[in-house]
Amino acid sequence: MTRDEITTGLAEILEEVAGVNPDDVAEGKSFTDDLDVDSLSMVEVVVAAEEKFGVKIPDNEVQNLKTVGDAVTYIAAQS
Amino acid sequence: MSGLLAGKRLLVTGVITDASIAFSVAKLAQENGAQVVLTGFGRLSLVERIAKRLPEPAPVIEVDVTNTEHLASLADRVREHVDGLDGVVHSIGFAPQSCLGGGFLDAPWEDVATALHVSTYSYKSLAMAALPLMSSGGAVVGLTFDATKAWPVYDWMGVAKAGLESASRYLALHLGKQGIRSNLVAAGPLRTIAAKSIPGFDQFEDAWTERAPLGWSLTDQEPAARACLALLSDWFPATTGEIVHVDGGYHAIGA
Repeated sequence: MTRDEITTGLAEILEEVAGVNPDDVAEGKSFTDDLDVDSLSMVEVVVAAEEKFGVKIPDNEVQNLKTVGDAVTYIAAQS
Repeated sequence: MSGLLAGKRLLVTGVITDASIAFSVAKLAQENGAQVVLTGFGRLSLVERIAKRLPEPAPVIEVDVTNTEHLASLADRVREHVDGLDGVVHSIGFAPQSCLGGGFLDAPWEDVATALHVSTYSYKSLAMAALPLMSSGGAVVGLTFDATKAWPVYDWMGVAKAGLESASRYLALHLGKQGIRSNLVAAGPLRTIAAKSIPGFDQFEDAWTERAPLGWSLTDQEPAARACLALLSDWFPATTGEIVHVDGGYHAIGA
């Protein structure tokens, strides 16, 4: 999967789970500061991403995933 | 069907992620022959996603324990999935941020009231809502955090747990004649979503892992879940109003 494909997949999840406009989703955006994803929504984003991309994102990794780009990098390395 | 809970029908509250104690209870219960119905609150879509990670798919019904309509309709909604209940697991707690993290002296009553409503009173409310489904007796099991002591940062949640421990004894008193047992598991600290919402929770993690005679894992929910299963099973038939510590033995040690 390319980084763009993963970003698009994350945008779909963010829209479904947290009502984020897919046009706002870009690698440089922070989940909490730019996209207003609260902590429990982030938990669901992670669960949905694990299912969509067939990866496992452990709790201690989640805190390092500040931006969409961080998540893309992690998922790309795992999948 | 074989296993410790063969043929048992359980209502399990409090699943929010696969790190939830209730998730381990539901998983082990299914593996031991039980039929499980979950309840969810707020983020129902998340609970439904997590429910799919169980060995067998489990239905999820929405229950806000402070919503009287949800409670009044609970029995009918559970009946859509199982014809009765043999056990109920209460794994519910909430306190506004003002009540935690050292805010004991300043938390306003309204916030404390919320903590007590969700974390203490709900134990009775949930049991009563499920009572029509337990016509031939059953077991109610809840999760506490040893409330005989004051802990750093736990503050009003600790008071709520003290109330829960008392409420469990009163539930035992009032429902004993109907063959319903009420018991609690006092687990050591576990890194669940609930724990992460308590600022400074890590303050007693180290002491626990170092001092508990059996040691303690902050990320292994299974010991607490196993105790819940035991209390839900037929192997504690004359035990009610009890609190079982699943804490590596920490509670028994002075220093």
